[in-house]
Amino acid sequence: MKFLTLPGRRWLWPSIALVVILLTNLLLSPGFFSVRIVDDHLYGSLIDILHRGTPLAFVALGMAVVIATGGIDLSVGAIIAICGATMAVLLKGAGLSPALVLPIVLLVGLACGLWNGLLVAFLDIQPIVATLILMVAGRGIAQMITDGQIVTFHSDFFSLIGSGFFLGLPVRVLVVIGFAILLALLLRRTALGLFLESVGGNAAASRLAGIEARWIRLAAYAVSGICSALAGIVLTADIKGADANNAGLWLELDAILAVVIGGAALKGGRFALGLTLIGVLVIQSLTTSILVSGLPSQYTLVVKAIVVLAVLFLQSPRLQRLRSK
Amino acid sequence: MLKNERLVPLLATLAVLILLYGIGMSQYRNFASTLVLGNLLTDNAFLITAAIGMTFVILSGGIDLSVGSMIAFIGVLFAILVRDAGWHPLGAAAAALLFGVLFGAAMGWLIDSFDIQPFIVTLAGMFLLRGLAFVMSLESIPIVHPAMDAFAGFRIPLPGRGGLSASALVMLGALVLGIILAHRTRFGTNVYAVGGDKVSAALLGVPIRRTTVGIYAVSGFYSSLAGVLYTLYTASGYPLAAVGVELDAIAAVVIGGTLLTGGIGYVIGTLFGGLIQGVIQTLIAFDGSLNSWWTKIAIGGLLFTFIVLQRLITRSFSSLRKG
Repeated sequence: MKFLTLPGRRWLWPSIALVVILLTNLLLSPGFFSVRIVDDHLYGSLIDILHRGTPLAFVALGMAVVIATGGIDLSVGAIIAICGATMAVLLKGAGLSPALVLPIVLLVGLACGLWNGLLVAFLDIQPIVATLILMVAGRGIAQMITDGQIVTFHSDFFSLIGSGFFLGLPVRVLVVIGFAILLALLLRRTALGLFLESVGGNAAASRLAGIEARWIRLAAYAVSGICSALAGIVLTADIKGADANNAGLWLELDAILAVVIGGAALKGGRFALGLTLIGVLVIQSLTTSILVSGLPSQYTLVVKAIVVLAVLFLQSPRLQRLRSK
Repeated sequence: MLKNERLVPLLATLAVLILLYGIGMSQYRNFASTLVLGNLLTDNAFLITAAIGMTFVILSGGIDLSVGSMIAFIGVLFAILVRDAGWHPLGAAAAALLFGVLFGAAMGWLIDSFDIQPFIVTLAGMFLLRGLAFVMSLESIPIVHPAMDAFAGFRIPLPGRGGLSASALVMLGALVLGIILAHRTRFGTNVYAVGGDKVSAALLGVPIRRTTVGIYAVSGFYSSLAGVLYTLYTASGYPLAAVGVELDAIAAVVIGGTLLTGGIGYVIGTLFGGLIQGVIQTLIAFDGSLNSWWTKIAIGGLLFTFIVLQRLITRSFSSLRKG
C-alpha cells in the first residue's frame, strides 16, 4: 500500500472517497474509464468530469481561502451572474474587444469581493450575513445589467476559453490548473497563506503578532471575488450568453461542500488548495455518476445531503474526541 | 437606557413601513384601500409565517436554511396525500406539521449533540428536503378538493372592498402564538438566554440541549405551516416551489429588527419586516415601469442599511458593558 505513505493523513479520506466513487462507476458502466480521441480531442466520462468541474473548481479555490480566515462567501453565485452579465453586455452591446472585456470583468469581480471584504473586515459584520446582502441583491443587479434579457454573443476568444481544446485537453481545465498553481505559489511561497491561517485560527493572537487581520480578511474576499469572476467567464463563454437568473445558481453550496470534503474546518485556520480540488472532483464525479448510472438526476440532491452529513459526522469535534479516547 | 436601545431597530422598521405605505398612498389612490392591505397580508402569509419560525432561530444565534425546501417538500407531500392517498386536507395538514416538527427537532439534535454549525446542518437539511421533493414528484401536482375551495373562498370582510382571507388569519394566529411563546414562556426566555450568551446560559442552568432541539422544532413547525399555507394558496404541490424563500425569511427577520448575533429582537418586528418586503413589491407592481429585479435590489439595500444600524447599536452595547 504505497497509498498510505502519502504525506499526511489529510489526503487519505478525500482520496478514498474519490477512488470509491470512480470504482463504483466502473462497476456500473464498464466503459467509464475509456478515453477516446475524436477530432484531436480527448473524449470520455473522465474528461467530462474535468470539463464540467471547472467553474466549481474556481469558486471552491476562492472559498477555501475565505474559509481559511473563518469566513464564508455566499455571494459567489451572484457574482458569477453579475460578471457574466457584464461580459455579455460589453461584448454584444458595446462591441468591445475581448482583450478589454477580460480585465474589466475581472475588475468587476474584484470590486464585488472588496465590497464583501469591506463589510466583513471593516464593519465587523458576520460573513454569512455580509455576503447574504450581495447574494440577495446581486442577481437583481445582474438582471439590471442585462435588462432582464438573456444576452447572447459571439467571440472566438471566449469560445476557445469556454469550450475550446488545446493539445487535446479542454482549455478551461488548463486555465484552472494554471490558476491553481499561481494561487498556490502566491499563498505558499510567500507568508500570505500563513497569515490567512493565523487570522482564521486566532484573530486576536495574530493581531498581537503584528498581522493586520483586517487587510488579510479583505484580501481573502477579494481573491474569492476574482475566482467567481473567472468561473463566471468560463460559464458565460461556454453557453455564449448570460443568464442572470440561473448562472451559478447553488454553486456556493457545492463550493462549500468541496472545501469541507477537502478536510478544511469551517471554523477556519487552515486551507489546502490541492485537497479542495480533490473535493471538487468528488462532487463533480458524484454528479456525473448519478447521471451515468441511469439513476434519475433528482437523486443528486439527496445523495449530496447524505454526503454532507457523513462528512460532518467524521469532522464533528465530539466524535473525534470519542475516537481519540 | 438599555431598554430604549433595544427598541431602536424595531422603531426604525416601523418608521420604514409607514414611510413606504405613505409613499404608496400619496402616489396611488387605491393604495389606502383595505383591498391592498388584505392582499398584502394574504400574499405574504406564507413568507411571514416562515419568518416567525426563523425569528426564534436567529434570536438563539443560529440560522435555518432549510425553510424554502421545507415549503416545497410539504407542498408535494400534501398533494400526494390528498390526491393519491385520498386523505382529507386537514389530515394532510396535520401530517405535514408533525413532519415539520420532527424534522426540525432532528436538525436541532444534530446541531447540539455533535456540536456542528447550524448553518451547515440546515444546509444538508435543505438539500435533503428539496431532493426528497424531487424524488416524490418531478411535476407540479394540482390539488382538487372541496375543502380547499372552502378555505380559498373564506374571508372576513373589512370596511371597503377588502377582506381578511383564511391564510391571513392563520398567519396572524401563528404570529400571536409566536409572540406568546417568545415573550411569555420559559422556553422563550431560554431562547433569548442562549442567543445572548450560550456559556452563561448553560452556567445559569438553561437546558441547552432541550432548548436547541425546541428552537429548530419551532422553526420546523412554522416552515411546515408556511408550506401548508403556500400549498393552499397555489392549490398545488411543486418541488421547485419557494426557491430562496429562506433568504427572504432571513431578510424579513433582520429588517424586522432582530439582531443576527442573537439575543435581541421582537417577534412582531418580523411581521413588519415581511410587510415591508410586500409593500416594496406592491409599489413596484403599481408603478409598472420598474422591473421586478428592483425588488431584489431594494431589499438588498434595506438589508444593508439595517445590518449597519445593528452594528452601531451592538457597538454601543459593548461599550456600555465595558463601562
